[in-house]
Amino acid sequence: MHEWALAESVIKTAVEHAASEKFKKLKETGVVFGELQAIDKEIFAFALEELRKQFPAARDCKFKISVEPAAFRCKACAHEFPLKGLRKTKDEAEFIHFVPEMAHTFLKCPKCKSPDFEIAAGRGVGISYLKGGR
Amino acid sequence: MNIDPRPSVIEERLKGVKRVIAVTGWKGGIGKSVTAATLALLLAKKGYKTGLFDLDFAGASGHLVLGAKGLFPKEEKGLEPPVYEGVKFMSVVFFSDNKAVPLRGANVSDAIIELLAITQWGELDFLVLDMPPGINDAALDVMRFARSAEVLAVTVPSVLAHDVLARSLELYKKLKVPVLGVIENMSAGGKPKGANAVIRRDPGLERALGHPGALLKTAFARDLAKAAARLGIA
Repeated sequence: MHEWALAESVIKTAVEHAASEKFKKLKETGVVFGELQAIDKEIFAFALEELRKQFPAARDCKFKISVEPAAFRCKACAHEFPLKGLRKTKDEAEFIHFVPEMAHTFLKCPKCKSPDFEIAAGRGVGISYLKGGR
Repeated sequence: MNIDPRPSVIEERLKGVKRVIAVTGWKGGIGKSVTAATLALLLAKKGYKTGLFDLDFAGASGHLVLGAKGLFPKEEKGLEPPVYEGVKFMSVVFFSDNKAVPLRGANVSDAIIELLAITQWGELDFLVLDMPPGINDAALDVMRFARSAEVLAVTVPSVLAHDVLARSLELYKKLKVPVLGVIENMSAGGKPKGANAVIRRDPGLERALGHPGALLKTAFARDLAKAAARLGIA
């Protein structure tokens, strides 16, 4: 349930940004899960519901979760490739789940086998938009 | 809009930590990791609640100094570091399966922010940070996120290390990062130039690595304990 820590960061950031934008009410927050980190949506949503009690400003906020596909660009050969098809064990997937940068330890460019690639999209948890009433 | 939510909780994760000691030194191979890990063991033995965070992702070795094997953090509203010999220990090796971690600077920064955001240190008297050599993303991130960090600089009796150290101290001064002092490691004895404390070269140290009980009995650990007292750590 390490998702809880990330859910807390999302709700805290949303509330802080709503305050800085002078929203009277935080209505909706767009949450993006990077495919690479493979966050458990159910656990994350449960954590948000629990955390809502500690953050009254987010009491009525809808959290709209979407998943961004992971995309990689090899620094060695410029090949662009998706996550699908890259081989990893269950343990390796778990390590990447905790620290997505471990992708560089366990994944390789399918074309040239280099671990020196850029995670161009779909890394981890982010906030894509906030909607509120002024 | 693309907001990174993780930095917002880092202060929260460190709020129960009374003092953050960043063991640094801008050259490789001067004993930062052995100093950081032994300092953590010494503090824990004195009864202080102590954590050790190995931030040297490329050359993580805190686990080797401690002899910590088969550990993994517990998932509980984040990650709770395993406790080893009284020290809460966090390292990238838990996630790398003892393989190389080939990260570029921005990736190091992302990984550090991730671990700072998800690690639940709880109440600590001391969090000792084992910093990587040089001034890089890890060092800059620590200064950015652990604003209360105090630097404990390690050097060795070499004109190269001394010159690099002088430049690092100048930067910390500019950045208003408090420096507890400079320890000259692997010293041949005598009065060191530009250091506040010395740790004499200890031929028995290598054999004690990986064995906390033996490590704490070394001349290295005794000198480090004296240095820590002199520099106002404990």
